Amino acid sequence: MSESKLKRVDLIFGEYSSVKFKVLADTLKRSNEDILEDLTESGLKGRGGAGFPTAIKWKYAAETPSKEKYVICNADEGEPGTFKDREILTRVPRKVFSGMAICGKVIGAQKGFIYLRGEYQFLMPELKRELEQYNEHMSKMGFDFPIEIVLGSGAYICGEESALFESMEGYRGEPRNKPPFPTTYGYMGKPTVINNVETFVNVVMIMRLGPIQFKLLGTSDSRGSKVFSVSGDTPIPGIYELELGMPLEKFVEEFGDGDTKAVQVGGAAGFCVPRKKFTETVIGFEGVPTGGSMMLFNSSRSMYNVLHNYLEFFEEESCGQCTPCRVGCQQLRKGIVAVKKGDKQSLYLDQLMKLAESMKISAKCGLGQSVANSFSSIVYNFREEMIY
Amino acid sequence: MSKKINLTIDGIQVSVDEGTTILDAASKLNIHIPTLCYHEDLCVAGNCRVCVVEQENSRTLPAACAMPVAEGMLIHTNSGKVRVARKHIVELLLSEHNADCTKCYKNGICELQSLASQMLTGDHMFLDLVPDKRYTIDRFNSAIIKDDSRCIRCQRCVRTCEELQSVSALGVAYRGNKMKISTFFEHPLFEVVCTNCGQCVNRCPTGALIERNYVDQVWDAIYDTSKHVVVQTAPAVRIALGETLGFAPGKIVTGKMVTALKRLGFDAVLDTDFAADLTIIEEGHELLERLKSALVDKDPRVALPMATSCSPGWVKFLEHTFPELLPNLSTCKSPQQMFGALVKTYYAKKKKLDPKNVVSVSIMPCTAKKFEADRPEMRSSGYKDVDYVLTTRELAIMITQAGLEFEKLPDSHFDSIMGASTGAAVIFGTTGGVMEAAIRTVYELVTGRDVPFEDLNITPVRGTEGEVREATLLITKTKPEFRFLEGVELKCVVANGLAYAKQVMQNVKDGTASYHFIEIMACPGGCLGGGGQPIPTNKEIRAKRKEAIYKEDMGMPLRKSHDNPDVQEIYKDFLVKPLGHKSHELLHTHYTPRKRY
Amino acid sequence: MTANEHLIRDLVEKHGTNRTALIPILQGVVETKNFISDTDMTEIAKELDLSAAQVFGTATFYSFLSTEPLGKYVIRVCKTITCDMHGKRTIIQTIEEMLKIKVGETTPNKKFSLLETNCLGWCHEGPAMLINEKPFTGLTHERVHDIISDYISKL
Repeated sequence: MSESKLKRVDLIFGEYSSVKFKVLADTLKRSNEDILEDLTESGLKGRGGAGFPTAIKWKYAAETPSKEKYVICNADEGEPGTFKDREILTRVPRKVFSGMAICGKVIGAQKGFIYLRGEYQFLMPELKRELEQYNEHMSKMGFDFPIEIVLGSGAYICGEESALFESMEGYRGEPRNKPPFPTTYGYMGKPTVINNVETFVNVVMIMRLGPIQFKLLGTSDSRGSKVFSVSGDTPIPGIYELELGMPLEKFVEEFGDGDTKAVQVGGAAGFCVPRKKFTETVIGFEGVPTGGSMMLFNSSRSMYNVLHNYLEFFEEESCGQCTPCRVGCQQLRKGIVAVKKGDKQSLYLDQLMKLAESMKISAKCGLGQSVANSFSSIVYNFREEMIY
Repeated sequence: MSKKINLTIDGIQVSVDEGTTILDAASKLNIHIPTLCYHEDLCVAGNCRVCVVEQENSRTLPAACAMPVAEGMLIHTNSGKVRVARKHIVELLLSEHNADCTKCYKNGICELQSLASQMLTGDHMFLDLVPDKRYTIDRFNSAIIKDDSRCIRCQRCVRTCEELQSVSALGVAYRGNKMKISTFFEHPLFEVVCTNCGQCVNRCPTGALIERNYVDQVWDAIYDTSKHVVVQTAPAVRIALGETLGFAPGKIVTGKMVTALKRLGFDAVLDTDFAADLTIIEEGHELLERLKSALVDKDPRVALPMATSCSPGWVKFLEHTFPELLPNLSTCKSPQQMFGALVKTYYAKKKKLDPKNVVSVSIMPCTAKKFEADRPEMRSSGYKDVDYVLTTRELAIMITQAGLEFEKLPDSHFDSIMGASTGAAVIFGTTGGVMEAAIRTVYELVTGRDVPFEDLNITPVRGTEGEVREATLLITKTKPEFRFLEGVELKCVVANGLAYAKQVMQNVKDGTASYHFIEIMACPGGCLGGGGQPIPTNKEIRAKRKEAIYKEDMGMPLRKSHDNPDVQEIYKDFLVKPLGHKSHELLHTHYTPRKRY
Repeated sequence: MTANEHLIRDLVEKHGTNRTALIPILQGVVETKNFISDTDMTEIAKELDLSAAQVFGTATFYSFLSTEPLGKYVIRVCKTITCDMHGKRTIIQTIEEMLKIKVGETTPNKKFSLLETNCLGWCHEGPAMLINEKPFTGLTHERVHDIISDYISKL
């Protein structure tokens, strides 16, 4: 067992360089083309869950002409089972600021914002102290890129980028129609790069180590390492930085309690993988992608309860504007209750599976589209538990 | 010229301008994609998702109303995937909706119902969520009823209230399964800043926002033989009523409407146009008096510019939003209320009727008129001056109920007295009309000559939707008693839609604009686009109605309010003179400030 | 001017009158008095030139911007699956017994409100809760008993 241990990586949480903001200072001296080339070469994909290539996003924003551009760090970490961004912002905030400033330089933005979820308000005093130091250093370096923290107020959907803009602008956090995309029409209608907390740290790591070394980690589809939030039925819950592209079986061997029956990869919006599929499942963009949430369930858990919990979550956290998500979530939750109670025949589950499929393709934003992930994978793999 | 984009929809190639949506591109190919939250007058929401289509190589189905075309796009509007998704969406909406259609005011004209019927819903695909929702119905308002159990949360009303009217009495509140359309703190409509304009009613696809109807009360009055039921019809009704009764938009149906009203059993069919002309005389003199006080007497208390007061939605808006500018509002009542006050005094006396046995009904393109008729200020005859206000739509219902084949009805004329009309009164129905009618009269009063425009058509003040129209008129060669206006440039401004009204009044408040006379209509396009007009409404339909109004004006033998014989007679017989004692008692009023918050 | 009007005037001075100021102002009100009253909202609407319904609509979207009165200390217990699996129910029961209120209620002395909330981001240390903005994790019957007792003694 000891030789099968997953390789631990120590990039994200690795110590700061001995000279304060050294990577940032060095990178700011480089040309934008150079930086973008390194990013492209590294193959870095967004760490929020969707996995959009970071270099392309930055390039689009850089190419959109505008006097006003913004860099936003998405720290509205609301996905059940995810807590890595809190850890990153607690332990290595400077790397986050540096990544944002590098982005600001590359795309030509004047200002950065960190949208911090309301549940993490307690981080504010420390983050503000850190920001002061950052600002001091920036003025010493002669590069002006102020960063401000905007506090959320308790709404999962604000993690969706366009909903986040709406929220920052003082509105209800309702996702916008896309296109236009943030790189052309983002915060205040200006070109905006919005990235996850971890993505910005990854950028700094790539700048420090170079793309070659970064690429040594992970697989061809999933470059680099990833911070995982491990919770549920595990003797060692917590934050782990691991290589991407790992087989789920190995993960369970290391983190499970010996009786793992399912792993929910990617939170309530992610997929449920049952024991029989552990061997064939790879964690990464080529397999099951995740923003980092890994929830383990052992055989004492009712997957009906798990699903019910997720659906209740979505029912409340949907913004409510689009039909498939607002009404669909209610129907899915009440539907499984009705089947469990015997008010509806078990065949009704098939009807609900079709509904979930419609939600996946017709909802307005990623939230509504992703409800089907957990619903379909749990109902498909644990159908009996839904009925009896 | 904008760039052309080539794409394929349902196997047919089409080339459209860059920025066109899939919805519009499909409509060019005569493919009708169903919609619910989409409305031509409003910004795109893309939230009902009924208009989803399949785009090849896309994981998801984009909403046709919100998705711009792209080069080489391959779109399928009726694939299996699309049909299933759409049916699911409509079924989901129905599961949240009180689908007791036979008990709904919009039965037969509901957009959700017609989609449901198209999609052959009805097999209770999903659970009924209605019993768990604590839906409420706001019936406390005299003009508009808001029934949340019929609401599909498309937000057309919210966008209307914000974008067209800048009132935002309605907003979206709460989140997720609790999300709803709500007033501030869920207060009833009568307690908030709602102006009763009814633009939301015009755009609500279901029965969630409807006018309070008085159809049965009016029938009861007609059946009551002890009552003499008088009906007046507003200028904008005759050019729109036909739309609900088999005619295309823009058809003038004045003669048929009068016949229909007589056949319904009204004892006298009279014309609000008469009161519109009367309004012009009173308001014209009021303007001249204010100008004189300002220019000759240098009275600092006189409020200029003077603003028109015929649109009750606008009046309530001002009461809420700019209460400090209420002195600028003309003291003239609206034509409806002038008419109402005269029906139970002058008319009753002339016809030797006891006013307590006279029931006064008005047919209006407006929902706010219902509220106006209920105002405590509007009882100067000693009775409620206007007993029942029906919208154009309600009149259409009555005509249908009576089994009249409207299209085949012969024409007939309004009864007398108070049935005579002029072109000036007719144009009250469109934005800029009151201004034009007033200038036709005031200019002649002041100079003794016709306005210096061909065929009396004062085109510079003819406003259009989506703009504030400013115009000036130089006054020269005045009659001796109006010497103080010699060489004065009369500055006028015309706005329609409360969003534009707000702009104008903000400028007045800030002192950044100097006008003499302001005409404001609460609704887009003026009364022709009123909240009581036939549904659907859009720019094209309103443009047709407008054309009809100007055509009707041109066809009238009399085109100036002061030429109206019934108006001339009433001054001789009853009112004595404009702004006289009787006028003040019956035709003028004052409004009171209301809270904006 | 009432104390409330003062509060809002100060917040407006700090955050400005643009729409972007709305949520920070609402947050400021909540920070001071734990909920936003109808008069607070009309006052804010006036200052920002918004309709009252717009302010209400925005406030009611966010879980932390309560428009109903809440106590001085708002306890939000995480109800998401891993906290639920690790004994959320016991935590709730303990608090309910100590404060003699049910979830969704406020103590008669207006000191405590008990609410459930969605994922707080402490899944590895569940069950977790917030008291106002302060997180408490790894909760057990005993620990939560001590924490609440501590708050009660501070009153």
